[in-house]
Amino acid sequence: MQQFPSEFKLMPEQASTMAGQVDALYFYLVGITLFFTVLIVSGIIFFAVKYRRRSPYEIPRPIAGSMKLETIWTLIPFLIAMSIFVWGAKVYFAQYRIPKDALDIYVVGKQWMWKMQHPTGQREINELHIPMGRKVRLTMTTEDVIHSFYIPDFRVKMDVVPGRYTQMWFDATKPGRYHLFCAEYCGMNHSKMGGTIVVMRPDEYQAWLSGNASQMSPAQLGEQHFQNLGCTTCHLNGGRDAGGRGPQLAGIFGKPVQLETGQTVIADENYLRESILNPGAKIVAGYSAIMPTYQGQVTEEQLLQLIAYIKSLTPQGGSGTAAASATSNSTSANTNAGAQSSGSPSGQRR
Amino acid sequence: MSTAVIHTPAEAAKPRTTYLNAGYTLKSWLLTLDHKRIGILYLLGVSFFFLIGGIYATLIRLELLTPQGDLVSAQTYNKLFTQHGIMMVFFFLIPSIPAVFGNFLLPIMIGAKDVAFPRLNLLSWYIYMTGALFASYAMFAGGVDTGWTFYPPYSTNYANTYVIATGLGIFIAGFSSILTGLNFIVTIHTMRAPGMTWYRLPLFVWAHYATSLIQVLGTPVLAITLLLVALERTVGIGIFDPRLGGDPVLFQHLFWFYSHPAVYIMVLPAMGVVSEIIATFSRKPIFGYKFVAFSSLAIAVFGFLVWGHHMFTSSQSVYAGMIFSLISYAVAIPSAIKVFNWTATMYRGSISYDSPMLYAMGFIGLFLIGGLTGLFLAALGLDVHVHDTYFVVAHFHYVMVGGSLLAYLGAMHYWWPKMTGRLYPEGWARFAALVVFVGFNLTFFPQFILGYLGMPRRYHTYVPEFQLLHVLSTAGASILAVGLILPAIYLLWSLKRGPIAPADPWMATGLEWRTSSPPPPENFERTPVVTWNAYEFRPQEETEIIGPPSEPDVSKRN
Amino acid sequence: MAQSEVTAQRAVAHHPALAHHFENLEQQREASTLGMWIFLITEIMFFGGLFLAYSIYRSWYPQVFAEASHHLDIVLGGVNTVVLITSSLTMALAVYHSQVGNQRKLILFLVLTLLLGLTFLGIKVVEYSHKFHDGLIPGIHFRYDGPNPQQAQIFFWLYFAMTGLHALHMIVGAGILSFLIYFAWRGKYSPEYHSPVELSGLYWHFVDIVWIFLFPLLYLVGFHVKG
Repeated sequence: MQQFPSEFKLMPEQASTMAGQVDALYFYLVGITLFFTVLIVSGIIFFAVKYRRRSPYEIPRPIAGSMKLETIWTLIPFLIAMSIFVWGAKVYFAQYRIPKDALDIYVVGKQWMWKMQHPTGQREINELHIPMGRKVRLTMTTEDVIHSFYIPDFRVKMDVVPGRYTQMWFDATKPGRYHLFCAEYCGMNHSKMGGTIVVMRPDEYQAWLSGNASQMSPAQLGEQHFQNLGCTTCHLNGGRDAGGRGPQLAGIFGKPVQLETGQTVIADENYLRESILNPGAKIVAGYSAIMPTYQGQVTEEQLLQLIAYIKSLTPQGGSGTAAASATSNSTSANTNAGAQSSGSPSGQRR
Repeated sequence: MSTAVIHTPAEAAKPRTTYLNAGYTLKSWLLTLDHKRIGILYLLGVSFFFLIGGIYATLIRLELLTPQGDLVSAQTYNKLFTQHGIMMVFFFLIPSIPAVFGNFLLPIMIGAKDVAFPRLNLLSWYIYMTGALFASYAMFAGGVDTGWTFYPPYSTNYANTYVIATGLGIFIAGFSSILTGLNFIVTIHTMRAPGMTWYRLPLFVWAHYATSLIQVLGTPVLAITLLLVALERTVGIGIFDPRLGGDPVLFQHLFWFYSHPAVYIMVLPAMGVVSEIIATFSRKPIFGYKFVAFSSLAIAVFGFLVWGHHMFTSSQSVYAGMIFSLISYAVAIPSAIKVFNWTATMYRGSISYDSPMLYAMGFIGLFLIGGLTGLFLAALGLDVHVHDTYFVVAHFHYVMVGGSLLAYLGAMHYWWPKMTGRLYPEGWARFAALVVFVGFNLTFFPQFILGYLGMPRRYHTYVPEFQLLHVLSTAGASILAVGLILPAIYLLWSLKRGPIAPADPWMATGLEWRTSSPPPPENFERTPVVTWNAYEFRPQEETEIIGPPSEPDVSKRN
Repeated sequence: MAQSEVTAQRAVAHHPALAHHFENLEQQREASTLGMWIFLITEIMFFGGLFLAYSIYRSWYPQVFAEASHHLDIVLGGVNTVVLITSSLTMALAVYHSQVGNQRKLILFLVLTLLLGLTFLGIKVVEYSHKFHDGLIPGIHFRYDGPNPQQAQIFFWLYFAMTGLHALHMIVGAGILSFLIYFAWRGKYSPEYHSPVELSGLYWHFVDIVWIFLFPLLYLVGFHVKG
């Protein structure tokens, strides 16, 4: 652990774009706290000394209260509180508005380790190498209990919840090694479930990547699973028009999907996850509930890879190596996820 | 110096009947329907469980002296902090002030002979003891390691400790809390003495009214939540299990719906105590009585709408987070109003430095810091960083220990003469109050810094750079321990050796000081008729003792 | 509160049912009524946790819930609803007759209420045993042939938890009624002192109202959402 500075500090390192914003808010609050603490404590001490009891049976003149004072010390704290609220909300939005153009890293937590995979395929455990000055987006889930991904020096934290994906992002500003902690109690070795975030200069990062480049990317792995699990049998490109029994998957990611119930949902990571594990929950309009569940047949990592593959697909069959083979038979059919384009075909209910 | 009633020799020889000497058999205690005796029974109960919780805390602090985790195993450490939390929250803090002092004093303060449902009151003590002993049994038999928050799926599918047994203990004790709350609400509504209007009630009573509302409305939700956890563990109903279509975050909503208001169950009665003490030892009515009274109710109401601020990083929606944050700031306002009003009460008062007042002043300072650091945690963007770190630990210990425990000790010193009829050594009491204050700050202030540096809570081992602050904290904890052991010694000593207490050693105002110390079984000789407002201080000659003639009160202090 | 009359009433306040710590029967009645209402509020919060869970899962899986609700017996559920509403009527009549001091009618209506309550429980037993034969007991043996058995299991889970908790309250209610009948037969209640009957009435109506919510939520939800 000698990489970490061990001298006494009052503040953690500022190593991401978020750190400065959070610290500014922190100092504002420290200021408010100091002000009110000094005000009240000195008031108490001053009154206690000045108005100390001078004879055992004295009874001071009663004072019932003052509407003016009550109003002042209701309104001023209220205004201060609202200023904190607005500032806090602003920072919160910055923390959780996930940028689009980011380096996608997939994280799976399990008792008691973090497993990470880079978009280019490199896998790491309890250590994550990232480039400096580039936005990094983590898509996270867990194999067992709730964990929480916490990098104090970046001032970011997000719970990792079983059964769904959560996301967080950061943009590191300083090369170095930073603590990674699990912040949600997760059982016996909770305190050992941590590691290191290694922030590297872009060129170093490239060198590191190429030094570990023997693996397939998540999307490529996802494509393999897609074949092995037989998804291709039903999910043909072109969807129903191409004779497929399931909706076309190319290009649906991030788009609205019309459901049989008339609702519309956005096809995000959590929707795709649910559709694989629990296909009957949300049926795309015009299709019937014939897909079996894949619960228990795919691991959390395979699921993330399948989703990475679906994300990589485009209706034209462009985008990257992975999409090519699945979409090879229909480059012209540009029906864009069958269901949503036709505006809810009616009368096709079971 | 007072209107000592002239006793005939025969009368003086016969000791007057008090609630204490009304019966000496074990049965007369265990089957008592007297709210005062039930209060004492609770005092014995909560003291015992506080001791156990304190032992757990000691072991935790010793373990954290070094970063490696060499005193106890990880599993044991996890059990220690879990059991410390459960003991302190459910079996000490929640019953402490309401069940001990509320039970003892509330009927006297409103001029009633007893609470509305004395049998229910006794029953609630038995329920409490059953629940607490059940949980203790579970802890000694195998322990529980889920954290006092019982988050699934860890608590439901992964922990292999005594989760159900402990949960059942809390479930049972919850009904005691409900019954106490129900009893208080009905008592305050229907049992007030003639002339005791709502605005003449001591603020202690208002605070307990607000507390009782929370107990009655919140605790059933905790009960059903724990029941669901037990069912999930036994038959796997899937309600919190994502593999079966359930949602673990739903548990967090249900749990905090109770457990956030539960914080106010712990701190509102403390605020009531502090209002009494500040008024008595400043000899002035509480500044802005109605504001202080209604701020208690406001806290109780808003307290139910802020549970989501425990879940800003739990993947709940960003907009939900904003609403919860906004309402959390609304809760801060009534707390601020109270602090300002207490301070203003001291203005132009006649302030004495008796030990209860020292505790009350300590309370204001520490609760202030606890409350203000709550603003840090309610600030969405900042909470993301400090959530689940030692910052949170420090914050709630400032509120729970610096707030509730100091008020509990203050109450103990303030009403001890009334409850036992004895005075304690004041010099020792002041010294102990000082030791507690210093020890407490040294224990928990470093934890704010630790938290902002990023030390997560519930860590058995930690990175070496945090060690210095942990050592400071443990040093503080040992001082705090001394400060807590001292009162235990001199208070017990005073039971036998302390000077006899007069009916009103403080020249205070509440009806409890209008009866003798200790009070007779029926509290007053006749139903008092109240013609004065709360905290109307008058020369002692003018106040009438509505109890049996007190012991000759020549031992007046000051 | 009738505190101005405290001294006036003290002279007459020696009713055997008056507890020592109350000034008079009026105060005692007021206290016990308020206590009962507060108790019922805690009951609402207790059931509230389950209703919350129900609303969340139903909004997540509306179709599954609709589908699963078709496995419940609407006829039996409907009959039970009628039985329970009738029992509320007889309970209300019992309370009325306790107020006017008509002891024979009081006993008659208490017995009728008890019988209707037992009828409800009997029908519930029949329903539960049907579910058992159909293999719809979640956790223990659950064989559901419709789509999405997992979420259907949550529905059945909620069904058993909610109706089970309700049935438990019915059993407690039946016990209370038995006591009331015994004491009414002993002639303990009079127009001056009948709050036990009144409070038990409140409790009984509460349990009734819970069912009024349970019936549509569990049995009729299938008609609302197209399956």
